[in-house]
Amino acid sequence: MSTKFAQAAENRHDFALIAKWIQPRSKVLDLGCGDGALLGYLRDKLEIKAYGVENDDANLLDCISNGISVIQMDLEAGLAGFDSLSFDYVILSQTLQAMVNTEGVLREMLRVGKQGIITFPNFGYWRHRIQLMAGHMPVSDRLPHQWYNTPNLHLCTIDDFESLCDKMGIRITDRIVINEGTTVGFMPNLLGSLAIYRFEQAWPITY
Amino acid sequence: MQESSSIGLVAPQTAHFKDPLTLKSGEILPQFDIVYETYGTLNAAKSNAVLICHALSGNHHAAGKHANTDKHPGWWDNLIGPGKPLDTNRFFVIALNNLGGCHGSTGPASINPATGKPWGSRFPMVTVEDWVASQARLADHLGIHQLAAVVGGSLGGMQALQWTLHYPDRVRHALVIASAPNLTAQNLAFNEVARQAIMTDPEFYDGDYYEKDAVPRRGLRIARMLGHITYLSDDAMGAKFGRKLRDGNFKYNFDVEFEMESYLRYQGDKFATAFDANSYLRMTKALDYFDPAFACHGDLSLALAKAKAKFLVVSFTSDWRFSPARSKEIVKALLDNELSVSYAEVTAAHGHDAFLMPDAHYHQILRAYIDNISTGTSA
Repeated sequence: MSTKFAQAAENRHDFALIAKWIQPRSKVLDLGCGDGALLGYLRDKLEIKAYGVENDDANLLDCISNGISVIQMDLEAGLAGFDSLSFDYVILSQTLQAMVNTEGVLREMLRVGKQGIITFPNFGYWRHRIQLMAGHMPVSDRLPHQWYNTPNLHLCTIDDFESLCDKMGIRITDRIVINEGTTVGFMPNLLGSLAIYRFEQAWPITY
Repeated sequence: MQESSSIGLVAPQTAHFKDPLTLKSGEILPQFDIVYETYGTLNAAKSNAVLICHALSGNHHAAGKHANTDKHPGWWDNLIGPGKPLDTNRFFVIALNNLGGCHGSTGPASINPATGKPWGSRFPMVTVEDWVASQARLADHLGIHQLAAVVGGSLGGMQALQWTLHYPDRVRHALVIASAPNLTAQNLAFNEVARQAIMTDPEFYDGDYYEKDAVPRRGLRIARMLGHITYLSDDAMGAKFGRKLRDGNFKYNFDVEFEMESYLRYQGDKFATAFDANSYLRMTKALDYFDPAFACHGDLSLALAKAKAKFLVVSFTSDWRFSPARSKEIVKALLDNELSVSYAEVTAAHGHDAFLMPDAHYHQILRAYIDNISTGTSA
């Protein structure tokens, strides 16, 4: 099983980057965990206690086949069923842009987790901007759908996301922006296609 | 998809236990029999055993047939067999009839050794805890220390959960299906109506009807009719029967007019001839009493702290008797204890009965989970 998840990670450069932020043997919740590949990779590499949340029947079945502990529930309804601060990390990988309740899920991530880790496609990526300037909605590797069939509702740029965090009192502790597997340091909002953040609540909240 | 087939012909066996069993009520069952069936082969390490726990009206005949002429196979035959989700090529599956039942294990109709007459009203109350203790005796009898899994739906799921609390080191996986951490007030109410139907039947004789050559059939029939209504969803009933009339027109009398009535009467009659009223009363009481959080001031997470097993919890969207919300309470308590748990909420129209149906997705979930259960001993 371990080789299977390691193979999946070869095509997902964000997996190894996320792994760098996670303490070995910590407790991790992955929201919208798909087939459980990220959790399986982290579990094999870091011996974490891994749980996934998934609402899609086919994905849920894949998780169970992959031996990943997975809870079937709708993220939009919040994370009732998970105690406050019961996880070290709550991950939301390439799912934020498809959520109806964007602020709600961010709040729930930081209620349940001590830290949040999020990845999303950067709408400000230059290829997206060029397509818009040419008069079309962007379609790319990161945004593969047409405007009429995309599941994405709330696309944002790196700058937009950081403004929202600021407004919500979320402190960003780390940021990595990548493009085609390479880290982008210069003008990330223009040159990066995928953003990866680690963040936490800026001030303590009592639940 | 793997080839699957029936386990074929099976025969029940009886284990006799000479040592008394002290029940949760404080009463003592001086000796008892448990009738059971097994499917598949126990491996040399005795580490591939899976226990099936039955629900309210179930029994030990879970798979295969007793004779080729049997009309129906065992009650969970769609799950258990070679190549089926619970694959008897890998696992040694044990199904038994619980104490207090009426299919061969010691119950109210058995002879009380103290009196030489049927136990009747004097048969003690048995609880989920008592069943699990007696099931552990059966496992001992078969030389099995640790079960690879305990599997049950509804009241059977409660037994699977109880196993992980009573014998945390003797069970590696628990599959808790269409179950709940206790009954809701509404469920308690349904059970009380069922019991009143039986106990007010003139043929009941306070439970000592065996000696009177009487059977409280009418009461049991009504109890079962009520049960059937609650096991189905409104949608499933609507789809199956709707307002269909047997003869196409109203007859303006009390004969069977609607197909729904016909179905209920048929189910009630069938059950009343096959089941013992005293057993039914005790099974419903066992349901009522189950509440592991009760001793922990209602704190289910605290109650489940003893568990070590890995869990699969499954609920069905249209099950209003054991609703998904009740399964989620179990999941929450397991998560609070950082136990390994997966939870599937299966979209199904059949209500509570869905756990017995061969829904494709439901069975895929069970197969995927069970395929990952090791048949070796745990490290």
